Formats: sequence, structure tokens, C-alpha cells
Amino acid sequence: MLSTSKWLPLTVVIAALILIWYAAAVSLNSDAVKRAAGDNEPSTWQFVQLAWELDRPVLPAPHQVGIEIWDTTVGKKITSKRSLLYHAWRTLTPTALGFVLGLIFGIVLAVGIVHNRAIDKSIMPGIIVSQTIPILAIAPMIVVVLGAIGFTGLLPKAIISAYLSFFPITVGMVKGLRSPDPMQLDLMRSYNATKKECLFKLRIPASLPYLFASMKIGVAAALVGAIVGELPTGAQGGLGARLLSGSYYGQTIQIWSALFVAAAAGALLIMLVALVQRRVCANAGR
Amino acid sequence: MNKPRQRMLVGAILVVEIALLAGFQVVTLQATATANRDLQWWQYLILLVICHATWQLIKLASYTYDQLDYNAKNAVRVSLAIVPAVLLTISGLYAWEIIIQMLKVPIVLLPAPSDISIAIADNLSILWADFVQTVVKAVLPGYVLGCGSGMLVATLAWRFPIAGRGLLPLGSFMSVMPLVGIAPIMVMWFGFDWQSKAAVAALMTFFPMLVNSLAGLNAAKALERDLMHTYAASPQLYFRKLILPAAMPFLFNGLKVCSTLALIGAIVAEFFGTPIVGMGFRISSEVGRMGLDLVWATIVTSALAGTGMYGMLVVLEKVATFWDVSQRTS
Repeated sequence: MLSTSKWLPLTVVIAALILIWYAAAVSLNSDAVKRAAGDNEPSTWQFVQLAWELDRPVLPAPHQVGIEIWDTTVGKKITSKRSLLYHAWRTLTPTALGFVLGLIFGIVLAVGIVHNRAIDKSIMPGIIVSQTIPILAIAPMIVVVLGAIGFTGLLPKAIISAYLSFFPITVGMVKGLRSPDPMQLDLMRSYNATKKECLFKLRIPASLPYLFASMKIGVAAALVGAIVGELPTGAQGGLGARLLSGSYYGQTIQIWSALFVAAAAGALLIMLVALVQRRVCANAGR
Repeated sequence: MNKPRQRMLVGAILVVEIALLAGFQVVTLQATATANRDLQWWQYLILLVICHATWQLIKLASYTYDQLDYNAKNAVRVSLAIVPAVLLTISGLYAWEIIIQMLKVPIVLLPAPSDISIAIADNLSILWADFVQTVVKAVLPGYVLGCGSGMLVATLAWRFPIAGRGLLPLGSFMSVMPLVGIAPIMVMWFGFDWQSKAAVAALMTFFPMLVNSLAGLNAAKALERDLMHTYAASPQLYFRKLILPAAMPFLFNGLKVCSTLALIGAIVAEFFGTPIVGMGFRISSEVGRMGLDLVWATIVTSALAGTGMYGMLVVLEKVATFWDVSQRTS
């Protein structure tokens, strides 16, 4: 059954990407290697090896990034400022706080939209417009302004995360709360159920699959928000700060490793949501 | 309140009430400001009353819209549909302006809408140059490149399903990754000018577009495919007449999501190094100079650009997929 599963094609695609990466590393780094080699002509194989071992390559080879990640996660103490785990933690805490804020706000808004026609008609277009504003572009300003009136640390980053994550949750939740079909709603009505009972016994259970699907998007958006929120505060800490300091000092290996750890953190958050989903949906009998 | 005439009367009364109260509030606020007196409690109360009256008007408009009968004129339907959102926007701007005047919020913290519009009027040439640099030179090429190659790769993956099975999990994984992080690398590779921003925009739009296109290309149902088969349709005809139209709603969905992503990517990439023009540059440099009104003017421009792109796609979608369920509102 291996041929019908996704794992074999996926492995092939990833292997192909890594091969392309190695080849690209050689061609992109060739100028730097020529400069480093100077007058003596390296053989082809030596040339390739040099291209994969540069200190500040244009594109680091995959194994260089792997070694850097290993060194800065397993190789360093977790409290050290050089540890990527420490920086990932600095990013994940505002992500989590912002995601929870966005989740609560998004769900409350969705419940309001479903229950009140006026809220639906007046606010829904505004929400869509709010997302066409590139909030990430003004994220630095929010951080600076909130810092000026005394809010520093977690909260500014969390607010950006919340702003980014509430939208998919609201949209998904509105869809989910409206997903019970008219027959089920009629049944609730013939039971003389109140609006509240209808919400908690029918609409919310019916919305769970939609909620979790949009939570996965929302949590990824929250992570992006937290990373970008770190850029303007300078290199104080966090994955965004690692990216920034890496780009200031031309440390490409550091940038790539921060990028991969950010991707891993995103995958971890999505897996956590999936875990909660399995638990909750098992309880809800789905 | 069930007869249309009654509703119109109530609406008219509310409009007059709001206008009178707002005029009165502006005048008294001016007087308080010139006499340098403290604010009275009733001046806050007026704002509350105005908000309440506006909310009643919004409610009235939305319920009237719901009860329109089938022979209502199209113009009435459309204008009633946008009234609540427009009212909310106007009253929101009004409240923003008045609260800033009342509490004397410093411009560094949050400029009033009037400050922002003055800044827009004064700096039109700067804003236009930023718009050209960021949107025309960076976002549009990156968007076209990213979405185009996303669709192309999706078509290949659809044609060769074995590749699709490998690409789909990877694509959906990559489309939720914090890809903005690639911005500093792109700036290093492609330099400070618009090329690096276009590259970031292209990379950020590629994966969401790939996933959406792939979902769209597989959206044609088995029964419809069988029908094409019984017609002995050639592969080209099969693709053009069934697969592509069925994919359209998904393609537009992807294009809409990507339009914002491309803008975000380009602006964030400008934080990592840029020539002295561009929206991201304007925002970061003016924040440093405490020129918050110009920052907000740039934000308004970017919001207009984002909404404009999104709106054009919505119109295009309406034209291209007028037959789709989601476009046929009852």
C-alpha cells in the first residue's frame, strides 16, 4: 500500500529539494569560493567541498544549518542567550498569549455575528477590510507606541498575534455556527429551546471541525505576528531578533537555522492544536 | 415599525437627531477649547447618545434589508446592503476624532483622522513614490510570479498525481510557515531594491496558491468527469470546459488570500534594507522621527492598496464565476 500513501512521494520530493539545495549552494557560493581560493586552482571536488564549508556562505549547505541547529539547541544550556531554544521560548510565549486572546475575541465576535443581524451587516465588511491592511507593516509601530505608554515585553507582541489570529477564527467560526442545517434548527425550535440552549447544544458542537481547522491557521498566523513584532525592539531576544541580528552581521547560517526552528515551532503549535482537536472531538462523539 | 413608510420616518428622525447632536457637540467642544475650560460630563454623554442613535440606524437598515421583497429595485438593495458598514465607518471615524480632541491625546500616541488627512494632502508626492516603489514595482511582479508559478506547478501536480501526493502535504505545511522570515535572506541575495521585495512576495504567495489550485483542479466531481468521458472530449476540451471552470472558485480564493500576503511580504522585506523610498521604509523611518501622522498616512495608503486589490479580485470573481453557488445570493 506504500504507493498509495503520501509518504513515499513526500520523501522523494523532500530528497529532491535537498539535492537541489546542495547544487544551488555550489553555484551561488562559487564567487565566494573563487575569492577565497585566490591564485591556486582547486579541483572540482575541492571546489564543491569549499562551497559547502564557507563561514559566511550566500546559501549555506543543509548540513551546515543542521549542525548549527544542533549546536544551538542541544549543545548550549537552555538559559544561555546563544541557545535557540531560549529564543524560541521568547517567541512562543507571546504567540500563545496572543493566540488565546485572538481565540476568545474571534469566538465572541462570531457568536455576535451569528445572533445579531445588525452586527453581521455592519462589522463583517470591516473585518474583511481590516485584514487587507498589512498589519505586519504597522506591527513595529504598535510595539513602539505601546512601549512609549509603558507596555513592554509580552503584551505588544501578543496584541499583534491576536490581531492576526482572530480573523481566520472568526470567519471559520461564523461558517461553523451556521453549519447546522435548517431541519436541526427546526427541531430545536420544536423543543422550545432558547437561543442559548440552541447555541450550546447545537451550534457550538456543530462548529467544532470548522473551529479547529481555523485554529490551525490562526496559530500559525500568531507565530508570524510574534516574530515580526520582535523586529523593531532590536535584537533583544526571540527568533525574529535572531533573524535581524543575523541579517545585520551577514550570518546566513544563523538566519537559516532561526528560520528552521521557527518552522519547527509552527509545526509544533499546529500539532498541539491537532492533539486538542482529537481529544475534544472524541468527547463530542465525532 | 413594519410599514416601509414608518421605517423611513424613524430613519429620517434618527439622521436629523444625529446631525443635530454632532453639530452641537463640535460647537461646544470648540467653545470649551477656546475658553480653556474643563470638559463637562454631558459632553461625554452626547457622544454616547450619538453612538446609540447610530446603532439604532444600523439596526434599522439591516432589518429593512432583510425584509425587502423580491420586486425591490436593485439600486435600493445594493445601497441598503452597504449602509450599515458605511455608517459604522463614519461613526467610528467621528468617535475617534472627538475622543482624541476631548482627551487631548498626543499626536505621537495616536493622530486624529483630521491630522492623518492633512498629512496625506501635504505629502501626496511622497506617498505616490512609496506606492510606486512598493506596490507597482515589488508587489505586482512578485504576486504575478508567485501565483503564476503556483498555478503552473499545481497543474503539473494534477497531471502527474504521484508528484501531487508528495507536493500537497509539503505545500500545505509550507503555506502556514512563517515565510516572512526569508526576507533578510532575499535582501542579501537580490540587493536592497525592489527585486528582493518581489522575491519575498513571490515566495509567500507560491505555496498558498499551489494548495488552493491543487484543491481546485481536483474539485470536478466524478459524475461530471464521466459525462465528459461519454462525450468523448479531448484532453484539452476536458481541461478547458470542466476542470478549469470547476477550479475557478478555488483559484480566486487563493488569489484573494495571496493579495494581502504579497503586500505584507514586500513591506516587511523593506524593514531589512531598502533604498530611501517605499512604504516599509517610510513607516520605519518616520516612527523613528516621531512623524506619526505620516506613518498613519502610509498605513492608509497601504490599506487602500490592499482593499483595492482585494476589491478588484472580488469583481473579477463575480464576472468569471457568476454561475457559482457562493455568487448567487438569494
